[in-house]
Amino acid sequence: MTIGLGHYLSVAAILFTLGVLGIFLNRKNVIVILMSIELILLSVNINLVAFSSFLGDIVGQVYALIVLTVAAAEAAIGLAILVAYFRNRGSIAVEDINLMKG
Amino acid sequence: MYEAIVVLPLLGAIIAGVIALVGARNRFPGQNPPPPHDDHAGDHAHGAAAAHVEAHDDHDHEPSAAGSLTAELITSTFLVISCVLSWYAFFDVGFGGHEARITLFSFVTFADLHSEWALRIDSLTAVMLVVVTTVSSLVHVYSIGYMEEDPYKPRFFSYLSFFTFAMLMLVTSDNLIQLFFGWEGVGLASYLLIGFWFHKPEANAAAIKAFLVNRVGDFGFSLGIFTVFYLTGAIDFDTIFAQAPALVGKSFHFLSWNLDALTVACLLLFMGAMGKSAQFLLHTWLPDAMEGPTPVSALIHAATMVTAGVFMVARLSPLFELAPVAAAFVTFIGATTAMFAATIGLVQNDIKRIIAYSTCSQLGYMFVAMGVGAYSVGMFHLFTHAFFKALLFLGSGSVILAMHHEQDIRHMGGLWRKIPFTYGVMLIGTLALTGFPFTAGYFSKDAIIEAAAVGTNPMAIYGFIMTVGAAALTSFYSWRLIFKTFHGEPHDHHHYEAAHESPKVMLIPLAFLAFGSIAAGWPFLSIFKGEDVGEFFRESLKFGADNKVLENMEHLPLLVSLTPTIMMVGGFLVAYQFYIRRPDIPAALARDQRVLYEFLLNKWYFDEIYDFLFVRPAMWLGRLFWKGGDGYVIDGFGPDGVSARVLDVTRNVVRLQTGYLYHYAFAMLIGVAAFATWFMFAGPH
Repeated sequence: MTIGLGHYLSVAAILFTLGVLGIFLNRKNVIVILMSIELILLSVNINLVAFSSFLGDIVGQVYALIVLTVAAAEAAIGLAILVAYFRNRGSIAVEDINLMKG
Repeated sequence: MYEAIVVLPLLGAIIAGVIALVGARNRFPGQNPPPPHDDHAGDHAHGAAAAHVEAHDDHDHEPSAAGSLTAELITSTFLVISCVLSWYAFFDVGFGGHEARITLFSFVTFADLHSEWALRIDSLTAVMLVVVTTVSSLVHVYSIGYMEEDPYKPRFFSYLSFFTFAMLMLVTSDNLIQLFFGWEGVGLASYLLIGFWFHKPEANAAAIKAFLVNRVGDFGFSLGIFTVFYLTGAIDFDTIFAQAPALVGKSFHFLSWNLDALTVACLLLFMGAMGKSAQFLLHTWLPDAMEGPTPVSALIHAATMVTAGVFMVARLSPLFELAPVAAAFVTFIGATTAMFAATIGLVQNDIKRIIAYSTCSQLGYMFVAMGVGAYSVGMFHLFTHAFFKALLFLGSGSVILAMHHEQDIRHMGGLWRKIPFTYGVMLIGTLALTGFPFTAGYFSKDAIIEAAAVGTNPMAIYGFIMTVGAAALTSFYSWRLIFKTFHGEPHDHHHYEAAHESPKVMLIPLAFLAFGSIAAGWPFLSIFKGEDVGEFFRESLKFGADNKVLENMEHLPLLVSLTPTIMMVGGFLVAYQFYIRRPDIPAALARDQRVLYEFLLNKWYFDEIYDFLFVRPAMWLGRLFWKGGDGYVIDGFGPDGVSARVLDVTRNVVRLQTGYLYHYAFAMLIGVAAFATWFMFAGPH
């Protein structure tokens, strides 16, 4: 069995779904949300690389690298916010974070 | 000079008002006054004498407002000046023939409607000026003594002076609008003064009642003014009177009726007079107005304001002279009131209410005279009545003060030993009221009865019978009051022992009025009823060509002229029998004639009937509009309903905003998914 484009896309789709579910089924920890976002970005990267290889177009891989850097920056900012938030409120449980309520 | 007569009371009212306001500001800086405790400053009828003895022996008096004396002196001085000038004006205008019309300034100028503030000084006005300022100045002076213990004297004197100003404005008016201004002004002053003791619920209720009942009359009055303006296109008296003869026989088309124009106008105008002068059907406010301080009752509800209706009919005599149906109606109402009020007066127990019903009855007499066309005779009775009725009221005020604010004559008795001066003046007032020969009331009252006897309108004979009957009743209830108050055994020994004569400042006005009650009749006889009427009143009263009432009065059989005197003696004898010789008769009679007694004691059940006919339906209607209209419709569906629905929606929307991150994320995801789906299947391809 050769591993074709469909397999890659399936993996990416599974990862994406896991990420999405992770965001709104998660009740425990904000870090899990950050990790879920990483998962979503990862699945997108897999998609980009898979299509790049399949179509023989290098732009997709370049794009994947840009997404990686953005993801790194995003993770850094997210974790920084998280630390600051924990210092202020003493908790990063998702259930406790409802200050946005009117 | 005439300006001074009218403006001085206003000036006094303003100064006293400023003193009252400044005093109130200083007493309660920056806050509302605390709820006043009932300090028994008022005259009120007590059922349980024993209960209130302790009540007002140990209470502390609130101190008088600052500047009380200044306010009293200023207003009284101004009034006395005004009074002196009025007497001068009376002789100057009446006998000297110097009529005047002084235009002050323009009032309303609108399309065809022109009116000015103008003082119209003719003989009729001069008579009223004298009556108003004399009684008013004496009442001012008397009030200095009577209101001694009241903390709000500047306010009281301000109101009194304001009333006098409004009344003077009324009697000097040159057109119907100015008359209406004065009319409403005195109504306002009456309201303020009846409710002067604002912490007494009864006083407030009485004030509102007086105001409302007067509004009914004023509604008719204003319709009358409109009608007159519609017919003549003018509201000033000269133009109206000049056009009046041309209006005879004209008809007035209203809905599908054709009515005689002048009759309609006169009846509507008379409706105003009925309200102000407390005539039958609109009389209910006058007895209740006795909740006000006694000087107020004397000035407003006996001597001056209530005669405004009589004055108005006299002033509009050129119209009434041409509307015989309306004149007959005036006689009918007057005669009915004279009799009706006298019957109620027979059984009342409150000293002030007896005199109030007597006032009502005497006003009826005046209207009888007005109706049969003897305008000057009606004015004569107005003139003399002012003296003796003010005297009776102020005298009863002195009794009330002596009895420590006791007003029930059943608790009095034997007082003549304690307060001989008051007794003397009350006796003079009673003699004048009952028409004892050669007192003031004798001349004027007999003149009215004679006028009714020779009157030509269809109601004149009814008027004659009623006034003669009322004369007997008047005599009876007046002597009943005297006997129960001053004679017999004291019924309340505590008060009897404490009774004391009033201070001089109260007795001197009484002396003046007593003098007036005796002397106001004979010297003025010729100008009011004799041969000098035409010469004195000239154009101010209009007697039609076939109005021969005054001449015919001279040729009455002696028996008719003597009837009132016989009635007066009869009433006296019955009262003497009932209350001096056999005091058990009245009680037995009241027991035997239970129904009649209750009927009279409850004032013919007028209050109950009106309560049933007007007050309850009005309350019901108001409640319907309040609960149904406002509460259900407006608050349910109107602006309030809409806002309530919006609030409901937003409350749910607010609940949508949980604040949880994953809810927002979920919404975002659904949104993105929906958008992507739409883009894929129905997008802009």
